[in-house]
Amino acid sequence: MSAPAQRRIIFQHIDEPGYSNDLACYVKHGGYAVLKKAVTMKPEAIVDEVKQSGLRGRGGAGFPCGFKWTLLDKKSGKPIYLVVNADESEPGTFKDRYILHQDPHQLIEGIMITCFANNVKQAYIYIRGEFPHGARILEQAIAEARAANFCGPNLLGTSYSCEIYVHRGAGAYICGEETGLIESLEGKRPYPRIKPPYFPAVLGLYQCPTIVNNVETLCHVKYILDVGGDAYAKIGTPNNTGTRILCVSGHVQKPGYYEYEVGQITLGQLLNEVCGGPLPGRKFKAVIPGGSSAKVLKFGETFTLKNKDGTSRTLTVEDLPMDFDTLAACGTMGGSGGVIVMDDSTDMVAALANLNAFYAHESCGQCTPCREGSLWMKKITTRMVHDHARVEDGALLKNVADQIAGRTICAFGEACSWPTQSFIAKFGDEFKAYPETKKTAPPAGALELV
Amino acid sequence: MNLKPATLSKIAEVIPHYPTKRSATLPLLHLVQEDLGFISPEAIEWVAAKLELQPINVYEVVTFYPMFRQKPIGRRHIKVCRTLSCALLGGYKTCAAFEQEFNTSTGIGEISPDGEVTIEFVECLASCGTAPVVMIDDELHEKVDGAKAKALSAEIKRAAAQRR
Ligand SMILES: Cc1cc2nc3c(=O)[nH]c(=O)nc-3n(C[C@H](O)[C@H](O)[C@H](O)COP(=O)(O)O)c2cc1C
Ligand code: SF4
Ligand code: FES
Repeated sequence: MSAPAQRRIIFQHIDEPGYSNDLACYVKHGGYAVLKKAVTMKPEAIVDEVKQSGLRGRGGAGFPCGFKWTLLDKKSGKPIYLVVNADESEPGTFKDRYILHQDPHQLIEGIMITCFANNVKQAYIYIRGEFPHGARILEQAIAEARAANFCGPNLLGTSYSCEIYVHRGAGAYICGEETGLIESLEGKRPYPRIKPPYFPAVLGLYQCPTIVNNVETLCHVKYILDVGGDAYAKIGTPNNTGTRILCVSGHVQKPGYYEYEVGQITLGQLLNEVCGGPLPGRKFKAVIPGGSSAKVLKFGETFTLKNKDGTSRTLTVEDLPMDFDTLAACGTMGGSGGVIVMDDSTDMVAALANLNAFYAHESCGQCTPCREGSLWMKKITTRMVHDHARVEDGALLKNVADQIAGRTICAFGEACSWPTQSFIAKFGDEFKAYPETKKTAPPAGALELV
Repeated sequence: MNLKPATLSKIAEVIPHYPTKRSATLPLLHLVQEDLGFISPEAIEWVAAKLELQPINVYEVVTFYPMFRQKPIGRRHIKVCRTLSCALLGGYKTCAAFEQEFNTSTGIGEISPDGEVTIEFVECLASCGTAPVVMIDDELHEKVDGAKAKALSAEIKRAAAQRR
């Protein structure tokens, strides 16, 4: 079966010749028409459309967006905040970058619809520090939108007012975690908060009810209101609605970003047809399907999944539809949509050592299992690559990883242990054989990974 | 503290963006670092006073976030992505090429002997599809293999020679 066509909703204008990131261009392409429609609606009706759409968050967890909004504590009397997660820090993910740089008004329109729908008093866009141009582009776009009354006081002549400010991070991955992000926005170290009680919807920014949504999620909100929740829900597959941007990197002929209806393209179609297959003379070996924290898949393994009618089906890695539910059923996740591909030239121990170095660097250090565990996983894998390796290292690594998840304040604990757990579960033989492997010279042209 | 008038006016503008002054810590540190090149002990005290905080509140922020630095760096800041997608396509080679060109290493805060650059290995820059990537000051450079690293280095050296 050949790959379906891309369906570019969010990336409709990305890389389009002549499309620029200024207000005039956006308006010429129909921009802000949906916001104009939104302010004529009842806020609850907007929330209902988003609920109807089935939209799930695109930041990593796939949490239902409309449902998240209904959790907001609207009775507290405190101001409500929207925090836009533009931290884009999960390795392998590079989608929000293009929205922020090339189509900032699409995001601003989504933000203002969301703010109006939830009676938000103030919105902040938390953008990673490594996007300095992105921050300037956003500020410029907000100023243009404000001058045209698309945000700021008395939005489009209504009695509703809301400002958007841009807040830059400073190079820490953990600021992508929503409560770490909130702490950072409050001017502190980004130490994630313990939940309960600090669910953002109740006790978020400044201890006020707060919505945290990803950049791409908010762009979908705009589109949902344009076509209606029911129409949107027909895109994609049941419970996995809409489109999603898949970012492919690593060992493929044509890495890049591709937008498809959720679940309508398989991993095999994506990698072999859309991305042109493996590099010359190579074969695919492993793929991480949803950002570096997602569990790795091994080409050749199969998954037996239950169907609704009680029968079962067996799928290869190539067969997997790129949706939230199937990937979760296979023990991994769709996460942030970052697909990292490794071919048969890859030394899996070194690849894991690379990831472990990332997590050890980025742990915020609050929880002992995470701080110490991520550090030891890095030390062990780096030692295996650069010094001596022991036959029992795989078991040792698994032992460390198994003691982190579920014992920490935030989901970074899972994020840092999943790579090790899955690499050992699926490529354990390579770890066991490593002391022997090291005795032979690495293949010519082998790249250093750590 | 000798901040430029433009910096001071940006500082005045940003503080009221937040209901609490403390929230302006990161923006102020960015502005101070852009102006002075790094964040000195004096700058920490100045920011703390400006935001009605204790210096420790600012210091703990400076020491946590990788982008803030307490020492000057080379004239240009070369950040090479180290993370998996870049490494799979030669990120470590790219970094080595820069190190060789400027006779320096990625040791924390190290400045090349000619004072031109500080090279740093950083984590994923969110451009994994065009790996390996490098940021030089505010500019992202994509698909930087060894040869492109040499060409970018040559440009930096040319600009340095012209200045001298
Ligand atoms: C360690 C960690 C890092 C995260 N990084 C990001 C990120 O860079 N961008 C993002 O949108 N969400 C990130 N998330 C998810 C956020 O916590 C949050 O779920 C998300 O922003 C919610 O938005 P959504 O519902 O629209 O997806 C991260 C989560 C964890 C645990
Ligand atoms: S799990 Fe790790 S990153 Fe999260 S709060 Fe604990 S130490 Fe920090
Ligand atoms: S891994 Fe280098 S930009 Fe993401």
